[in-house]
Amino acid sequence: MQVLINQLPFELPPNATLSLAIERFGISPPFAAAVNLQFVAKTDYAHTPLHEHDEIELIAPITGG
Amino acid sequence: MNAPITPPLTTDLSLSQSDPLVLYGETFSSRLMLGTSRYPSPAVLMECVRATKPAFLTVSLRRQMPQANAQELGGNVFWELLKDLKTPLLPNTAGCHRVQEVITTAQMAREVFETDWIKLELIGDDYTLQPDTVNLPMAAAELIKLGFKVLPYCTEDLVLCQKLIDVGCQAVMPWAAPIGTGLGPINPHALKVLRDRLNVPLIVDAGLGLPSHACQVMEWGFDAVLLNTAVALAVDPLEMAQAFGWAVKAGRYAHLGGAMTPQTGAQASTPVLGTPFWHQSP
Repeated sequence: MQVLINQLPFELPPNATLSLAIERFGISPPFAAAVNLQFVAKTDYAHTPLHEHDEIELIAPITGG
Repeated sequence: MNAPITPPLTTDLSLSQSDPLVLYGETFSSRLMLGTSRYPSPAVLMECVRATKPAFLTVSLRRQMPQANAQELGGNVFWELLKDLKTPLLPNTAGCHRVQEVITTAQMAREVFETDWIKLELIGDDYTLQPDTVNLPMAAAELIKLGFKVLPYCTEDLVLCQKLIDVGCQAVMPWAAPIGTGLGPINPHALKVLRDRLNVPLIVDAGLGLPSHACQVMEWGFDAVLLNTAVALAVDPLEMAQAFGWAVKAGRYAHLGGAMTPQTGAQASTPVLGTPFWHQSP
């Protein structure tokens, strides 16, 4: 199935979880995740199934005003 | 016998312990909050923070791309810098245009930065970066329900600020002018009305360009200022950061001191009685 991670297309196997998506994307801590605009706590990555066309956001600290 | 010598004003930029800034029951020794963006280098940012000891450093979250070559300081480098500075962090929701974006970003920020503090930004207009004043109270209410300590970036509108307080905000952050303009307080009357009418801490956030701007709003009774660009884009950010630190402190002391009432007629400061060479006009 295809998902979008930070708006980039990724091909994942059926029944993939958020954990697998994060691993494929290759991001290192600290970061936080959301799926389809809903926050997912890090303790839930392994229990969050993904679906076709899900939109995943992985964001990390940056400067701010 | 010599008269006792009055101790000099302290050179410490933190305010006295008898006059702390209190937000959501927490005490802060500084009334200056500093953004972390747009500095010439991480080293300059660190110098400014160490010189001013701000109450908060504002930070944000953005997408991290694989093999990113972003010019803006971020990721692990920024994370290590923040750990070194040991300053309380105030994550923002900059760039959010919808209430749900705000909620999700705040939850992500809480997990990453391990803090319940959030600077609520809900942008309603991309050109002026004016907040979405219609939906801001709803966003604030949702965040408060989720346990956040919300500091909302808002305009100087009295009714908006009152509604933010009504939904549970224990402080509000009206702008002086649009973000990054450095124009200083463009609506002094409205800001003074806020101070007269609202009994929560008021923090001027955005639009300050000069230390005199900061001093002025502090003289009016505002409780703190939050600034970024005025320091980061100064010719010498460290000098400017220190100038802002002193200005905030001067303004606060002036407010506590209570200004004299202005009057139109001149009044000699030096006693008139006994003026030498004085004589009654013929």
